[in-house]
Amino acid sequence: MSTETAAAADATRAEVCAVACAEAFRGDGEIVAAAVAGFVPMLGSRLARSTFEPGLLTTDGGPSLSAEPVPLGAAAGEVEGWLPFRDHLWLVLNGRRHVVMGPSQIDRFGNTNISCIGDWERPKRQLLGVRGGPGNTLLNTTSYWVPKHSTRVFTEEVDFVSGVGHDRGAYEIRVVVTNLAVLDFATPDRRMRLRSVHPGVTVQQVVESTGFELAVPDEVPESRLPTAEELRIMRDVLDPKGLREREVPS
Amino acid sequence: MSKAMTVGEIVGSLESGMTVGIGGWGSRRKPMALVREICRSPLTDLTVVSYGGPDVGLLCAFGKVRRLVTAFATLDSIPLEPHFRQARQDGAIEMTEYDEGMFMFGLYAAAHRLPFLPTPVGLGSDVMRVNPDLKTVRSPYEDGRELVAVPALTMDVALVHMNRADARGNAQYLGPDPYMDDLFAKAADRTYVSCERLVDTGDLLKEGPVQSLLISRTHVAGVVETPNGAHFTDCAPDHGRDEAFQKLYARSAGDPEKWAAFRDRFLSGDETAYQDAVRVWREENR
Repeated sequence: MSTETAAAADATRAEVCAVACAEAFRGDGEIVAAAVAGFVPMLGSRLARSTFEPGLLTTDGGPSLSAEPVPLGAAAGEVEGWLPFRDHLWLVLNGRRHVVMGPSQIDRFGNTNISCIGDWERPKRQLLGVRGGPGNTLLNTTSYWVPKHSTRVFTEEVDFVSGVGHDRGAYEIRVVVTNLAVLDFATPDRRMRLRSVHPGVTVQQVVESTGFELAVPDEVPESRLPTAEELRIMRDVLDPKGLREREVPS
Repeated sequence: MSKAMTVGEIVGSLESGMTVGIGGWGSRRKPMALVREICRSPLTDLTVVSYGGPDVGLLCAFGKVRRLVTAFATLDSIPLEPHFRQARQDGAIEMTEYDEGMFMFGLYAAAHRLPFLPTPVGLGSDVMRVNPDLKTVRSPYEDGRELVAVPALTMDVALVHMNRADARGNAQYLGPDPYMDDLFAKAADRTYVSCERLVDTGDLLKEGPVQSLLISRTHVAGVVETPNGAHFTDCAPDHGRDEAFQKLYARSAGDPEKWAAFRDRFLSGDETAYQDAVRVWREENR
């Protein structure tokens, strides 16, 4: 067994997820990676920048664009730019941005809800509010991160459309990365499709955890494993505290 | 030409039914001393315009809000604002829910005395469904694009909290993000600034560059020094968010008995009493 394979074999589920999030940014070039959905996508965006997508712009979680990808939770160190909230909102219109959000509900076309559960007039559970969802999805490439893939999140319909899907004018919903799988919209009518399952996950498991009919190809590949270098960067450089493991327990 | 006032004088100048803008963002640089004073006042039926944080939560908890205009309410490190949730789930407040960028355009429109500003943002989403008064316009140029005409977010009063200000009302931020505070100040008929420290005009540039002078006295009606007045929200670089206290707030908000105890301990007296109670609590929990 080569060292490469040996290293990849002991990759945790969280690390596979982070690599899948990194892959979402492949080919993006010099745009802002706004991975606001959690530690795993934030790690993924910085991993992409550290490896195959060096042009990406990433933040330290605040308004500083860091000169280099910084570890999760660390301040920027050297700074190459400034992106306060108002400029984020202008950049949504400008378009040089790929955002990763965390949906409370998502349907087959990628419509998402982070606003409220139940009737908007008097919700059963009030959540965040729409935040930047309508603008992000209409104007920027958007991906989603779901740390717990379940029928509660993957629903036939969303109670409130805070992020628009492909049937409502989305610019591009690129991928949905979950703790079980990677999903995309590479179907003729842009419905959600199972792209790959993470090692140790069956297609059946994903189908059962999804509340609508998922397009499932005959052959579903396994999600890409981290390379030895990617594992080193995640473990020693970008996330030595292991925050990723808290979000996706192995 | 001093515009120095007390929190009591500022809040005393407000009236029930007014539209009140509140600066900051989430649980960051919120004019909490002024918000707490509103909670103590007999004011009611307010329309609150805010990128919501615990300002919205507290005002909801004290029954001050008739309508909330916002894109979210959050405590940042704690995603959901408990009192805001409760108020919405109880049907206790009306809401105008906009996307963050639409909200900003509403502020820009009001700040520049425009009736609206056009943006595609909102199209296709349920923001259009729950705001049936929102109109669209068509570009008069070749593109002919349909755009949402976000109406100006006009307001009677805006309240913002800054790091420094002088008695004339010039106000300065020293943290990493101005949020939308200058837009609130320009959008409102009347703006009041609370600040961590009131300084001489000649000292303003000792701590920050000229670009940090975010708000001009031409837009300010009154100013008050409220040290730690943004507590428990973040007010970098003067103080960070008081995470431990914010946790106590959120925990208490979830339970009527605990909330009564919290109110009793921290919010039954004036601002000085509040700051003293927080200091004692910190000593106890060191």
